[in-house]
Amino acid sequence: MKEVVDKMAPPRALYCEFPLGRPLGRPGDAALQRHVLQQSFDLLNADSATLQTYPEIIESEEVPLSCSIPPRFDASLPPAVDEARGLRAAYDRSLDARGITAVGRVIDAETVPEALNVLHQWGEGAAWTDVALPGQNTIAVCHDIRAYYTEAALELATGPAPGGRSVEAWFYDETEAGKTVMAARAALQGQEAPFPFWFYMAPGHR
Amino acid sequence: MSIGGGDAAMRAFGAKQEVPIFDDPSFTPLSKPLSEARVAIVTSAALHRPDQDRFASADTGFRAFDRTDRDMVMGHWSPNFDHTGFQLDLNVVYPIDRLEELAADGVIGDVAPRHFAFAGNQPDTVSELRLDTGPACAQQLLADAVDVVVLTPV
Repeated sequence: MKEVVDKMAPPRALYCEFPLGRPLGRPGDAALQRHVLQQSFDLLNADSATLQTYPEIIESEEVPLSCSIPPRFDASLPPAVDEARGLRAAYDRSLDARGITAVGRVIDAETVPEALNVLHQWGEGAAWTDVALPGQNTIAVCHDIRAYYTEAALELATGPAPGGRSVEAWFYDETEAGKTVMAARAALQGQEAPFPFWFYMAPGHR
Repeated sequence: MSIGGGDAAMRAFGAKQEVPIFDDPSFTPLSKPLSEARVAIVTSAALHRPDQDRFASADTGFRAFDRTDRDMVMGHWSPNFDHTGFQLDLNVVYPIDRLEELAADGVIGDVAPRHFAFAGNQPDTVSELRLDTGPACAQQLLADAVDVVVLTPV
């Protein structure tokens, strides 16, 4: 962030106004990544502290990824639980293809529907102190749920690589899981749970 | 539904944050041509290999990777930035393949044998990182005869 760099004044900095989380620019764009590195290395020629700005700006898209969501299969289940089960095949294909997953901070893929079931109950009014969440840590559980959905979505979606926050927008605006997380978060706030327990369940601007 | 853009909101938040101010930032001239320099990456994206300890929520430590490591996950605790770019192409955070290409082309001298990750979510004073784990990481970079470090913030 430029304001932070301005205040801290590191010896050499190349400010790149790219989506947060993508300091080298665009995934799959080797030419851009290489140019950013070369511009950074040019700072080594300076004879005093220097802050340069990379000329290209890339903004986050913040519009939902175009990604189909499985239709309801078992109407007796909370929508998010049914949905998460429906995405399991796509998640598994992603894991097979990549050989790695970000799911597993505190719960595994098998437990994602169960965790969503508890979040659903919280959102429906159950006391968070009475209904235990698998994995316990609300922030970590929400990371695992979001990673599960993200990995499934990137397996299902076609077309060019999504822009910054595009999958985030899809998750919170279009999936039942995203709505369930937000409802549980609001419920925890309403039940006066400690601030970090609920606030960091979702991006701060939501 | 979001209220305004997430990146804009985070930048506005960051602009208000108190940060450590250094009266006399260290400035070290490069002592050799870049084409002879050994380059390492240090990122604050909380990357770790699956076999390494995950980053705890207030983790001030770091993880080291071998030059050949590619299978890593992002263990950052902040929900406030995009994780998918890294998932699609780790070079968007950890430009190890770009460094290998620049070394092969003779632009840089060499790629360091090890690279490092911290967690970007730190206490406001970053005291432990400044006084303990940061210097410890720097010692490891020096032990590997690294000349230049690319810092990638997340």
